[in-house]
Amino acid sequence: MNAAMAVLAGLFLSAGIYLLLSRALIRMLLGLLLFGNGVNLVILVAGRLSRGVPPIALDGKLPLAGAANPLPQALILTAIVIGFALFSFLLVLAYRAYQSLDADDTNEMRVAEPKGGPEPPLSY
Amino acid sequence: MQSLPTPPGQWLVLLPVLIPLAGAALLLLLRQMKLLQLPLAVLIAAVTALCDFVLVMRVAESGPQAMTMGNWLPPFGIAFTVDALGAGFAFAAALVVTIVLLPLGADAPDRARRDGLYPQVLLLLAGVSGAFVTGDLFNLYVWFEVMLIASFGLLALGRQPMQLDGTVKYGFPNFMATSIFLLALGLLYGLMGTLNMADLIGASARADKAALAAIAALLLVGFGMKAAGFPLNTWLAASYHTPPPAIAALLAALLTKVGAYALIRSLAMVLPDARVMLEPALAVVAVATLTLGPLAAIAETGLRRLIGFLLIGGIGAMLAGLALGTEQGLAGAASYGIHAMLALGALYVIAGLVEKLTGAGDTRAMGGLLAMSPLIAMVFGLALFAVAGVPPLSGFWPKFLLVTAGIDRWLATGDMTALALWLAVLLNALLSLIAVARLFAHVAWRAAPLPGFAPQGPRQVMLTSREERMVLWPAALLVMGLVGLGLWPEPIMGFGMATAKALLDPAAYIAATQLAGGSP
Repeated sequence: MNAAMAVLAGLFLSAGIYLLLSRALIRMLLGLLLFGNGVNLVILVAGRLSRGVPPIALDGKLPLAGAANPLPQALILTAIVIGFALFSFLLVLAYRAYQSLDADDTNEMRVAEPKGGPEPPLSY
Repeated sequence: MQSLPTPPGQWLVLLPVLIPLAGAALLLLLRQMKLLQLPLAVLIAAVTALCDFVLVMRVAESGPQAMTMGNWLPPFGIAFTVDALGAGFAFAAALVVTIVLLPLGADAPDRARRDGLYPQVLLLLAGVSGAFVTGDLFNLYVWFEVMLIASFGLLALGRQPMQLDGTVKYGFPNFMATSIFLLALGLLYGLMGTLNMADLIGASARADKAALAAIAALLLVGFGMKAAGFPLNTWLAASYHTPPPAIAALLAALLTKVGAYALIRSLAMVLPDARVMLEPALAVVAVATLTLGPLAAIAETGLRRLIGFLLIGGIGAMLAGLALGTEQGLAGAASYGIHAMLALGALYVIAGLVEKLTGAGDTRAMGGLLAMSPLIAMVFGLALFAVAGVPPLSGFWPKFLLVTAGIDRWLATGDMTALALWLAVLLNALLSLIAVARLFAHVAWRAAPLPGFAPQGPRQVMLTSREERMVLWPAALLVMGLVGLGLWPEPIMGFGMATAKALLDPAAYIAATQLAGGSP
């Protein structure tokens, strides 16, 4: 199961990168989302998957053999929350940029860096 | 297990994060009291800087300090571990925020204040301090994100179309960079089973070298993008000139340095074997960043964009120190970080003043600053030449360390990488000097703008007394610091050497972390 999940994570990551290579903001956002979820899967697999044994230890005893690893789950939970906040911000930002720049193509967004920049100063 | 209470002294490690975080919440609660916001924010940042200073002193006296959350012993609990590097950077960051808050307050429109300008600045400080004091890689990721969301807000505050454009160009690559960092963390956890830095140092010696190199390469991409190393630095040039100058000063002073800090921490201290394997890549990135930054600055005509390119060249110096990896090299990188925080903070603030006086953002439409205000021209010139590393200003000494480190390593080992880095640092110094000398000549020396280029805005002949108090004097204070550190470099050089020693021999760091919160 670990191998299958690793392949799945790879698919997520590659699909995310493919979408990020686009110039349309919405596609890039979806790409970031996929990439982030791929990363979460990687962390899950990194903790080694197991089935059906909860990571609960009775007082003074070690947890059962083959218990799930709770740490990656805690890491992923944190990453999901943070990623969600940033993603929401970028979503709103993309919409505002679309409204005020009238473009969702990053090549057309040339307010900060106008096309045809000036020649280097030649004096001195 | 164990239930010793945390000794009160250890709480000090937490304060640089706790104070700005609580301060940001407090300012949000007090958002109706508009007059109170700026003084309170300055006070909170100043108290943070004071705590950082005490921390620097304690670290210098008795070695790295650590504190473990909830008394869970590392590597299970999250540990905050501060050594010389972290404490010094945190102190410089808090100091710059304290000083730059004044020009920020003078310039900020009411709308930005209403939208939470000061809480966001304090959140940024909390994130930056957290990144400097944490001893856990996953926790470092969390602080990166805190810093990132605050910087998003600060960049977009004011909602000008140009700012939105800049924020988009800034936001996507930086979010991507932290995602790549997180990916590396996942793989690192899979390989080592721990993310505590002190624990990783021991574990990395036993780990599979090939896997380690791949993970370190991912870290290099993620942190390198944050630090604005070539070729992943275009976001900086596209965004840092868009917000008001004081906000750009904050971002320029803090953010890229955190990326460079994370690179130094993770590669030089935590994964030293991987640093050796990645050395060729690091050297290529450093050489390219060192030369292309100032070259772009020479060709640029927008004042604040130009400063952005100078900033990128400086990041190259820090990367060169890391690529050299010797004690002197790391000392140069660390002390350059402190210098760059102060210098870039000052330079962006003064650039705002220069733009006001000349009524233009384009250097071709500027001119006659020296006649208009000799004082501002002098402060501007000093900050510029400090960034370029002209003696006797503070930028000279870190570069001096780097140059000696390069030549020493080349003479000792005959290593061509060291020779290339040595040449690149020298070339960077020359090109930066050309760039800033031309800039100073264009803006201050030349009597009038180029024919055909009129200032777009009105020229403001005199600064108001409020602007003098809140913008000019804070910037002049920072510049005086640059002059002072140049004339008396002992603090910054001593900091650099102590840091490099601690990075190369992390025994004290490990000891501090393991014993945190009592003995097992």
